[in-house]
Amino acid sequence: MANSESKEYWRWTESRWTNPDLDWKDGDIISAGVDVGSVSTQSVVMVDGELFCYANMRTGSDSPDSANNSMNWALDGTGLPLDKIEYAVGTGYGRVNVPFAKRALTEIACHARGANFMYGPSIRTVLDMGGQDCKAIRCDHRGKVTAFLMNDKCAAGTGRGMEVFADLLQIHINDVGRMSLVDVEPEPVSSTCVVFAKSEAVALLRKGWSKEKVLAAYCGAMAHRVVTLLERLGVENDFAITGGIAKNIGVVSRIEKELKVTAPEPSIDPQLAGAIGGALFGKALVEKARKKA
Amino acid sequence: MKANYGYKDGSGEYYITIDTELCNGCTKCVEACPENVLEVVENEMDPLAEDLVARVSDEHRKKIKYSCAPCKPTTEPRTLPCVQSCEPGAISHSW
Ligand code: SF4
Ligand code: SF4
Repeated sequence: MANSESKEYWRWTESRWTNPDLDWKDGDIISAGVDVGSVSTQSVVMVDGELFCYANMRTGSDSPDSANNSMNWALDGTGLPLDKIEYAVGTGYGRVNVPFAKRALTEIACHARGANFMYGPSIRTVLDMGGQDCKAIRCDHRGKVTAFLMNDKCAAGTGRGMEVFADLLQIHINDVGRMSLVDVEPEPVSSTCVVFAKSEAVALLRKGWSKEKVLAAYCGAMAHRVVTLLERLGVENDFAITGGIAKNIGVVSRIEKELKVTAPEPSIDPQLAGAIGGALFGKALVEKARKKA
Repeated sequence: MKANYGYKDGSGEYYITIDTELCNGCTKCVEACPENVLEVVENEMDPLAEDLVARVSDEHRKKIKYSCAPCKPTTEPRTLPCVQSCEPGAISHSW
């Protein structure tokens, strides 16, 4: 494969969607959430708290542009003009850089609220595995945060780390999880730090380990790392995962095994949780303002 | 709500926990802290509420180990200035 070096193994599939059963013109409150993460940006538009359209794309070098681009893509073909959105909320790492947002909210609150919408009111523990960090969140039946634990230190065990790994092993990011499911689980790599794990992986490959086995060792290390985070906070059922890593069966299944819990299959792209939560808060903030008026 | 700010690394766990149920936003901890680690802001975890609560500022979250080093007990156990100043007992530490 002559061009294998230029192939973008890390590139996950961008997507957009419009709800065919909703007409925004019939709606009362049109709200939006824009989650500008370090790796991906999502825009979600809701009509009276129902999903109307969304877009999920890679974050560009500039946060305001990423927010605009993803919102334009979400609205593309829907006939809904941006100025008909009554309340847009910005969230995620670039939350203050969403030009059309009325308010910036922390992604912790938005992910809990979004998980409540996506997985139902029985969710009490949410693990948000984002591009650059991960957070353990406890919430009540309304998706209101009751406790959280951030892992502020480094990018280890995150979406970005997984991208670097996919690139190193030249395996498409969508296949990493499935390929890591080997029969005999190897010892996890000792470090999940992107830099160290990379050199450790190279050494293991040289030693003759298969790519599958190296992936298993990395996914195992990543899972173990977030499990310690979750255990410090305490896990109460039901348990759900949001963010891009929720799509990685290799990490998810190992977390489930270590914690002895089962995370429900997401019916909607779990990367959308933050933006969905933002849109739902947008709606609630409109209602609150109307009540006051 | 129990907000845990900080991280765990090879040398230990560095978390400051603020119980927003107990915190009344009085800012005494902000005044007591010699390193400006704490601030009082709108409760960001509950966007529909308007109460003010203490939190660890963004700037310090990734380096609590170092920011809080001046208050770390060396020989005798001592109460940390922030903990001591908080009348409702909303602040606790992992060390
Ligand atoms: S331990 Fe000291 S430096 Fe740290 S928050 Fe408390 S008063 Fe501030
Ligand atoms: S001293 Fe205690 S009650 Fe007052 S703002 Fe700080 S944490 Fe809250």
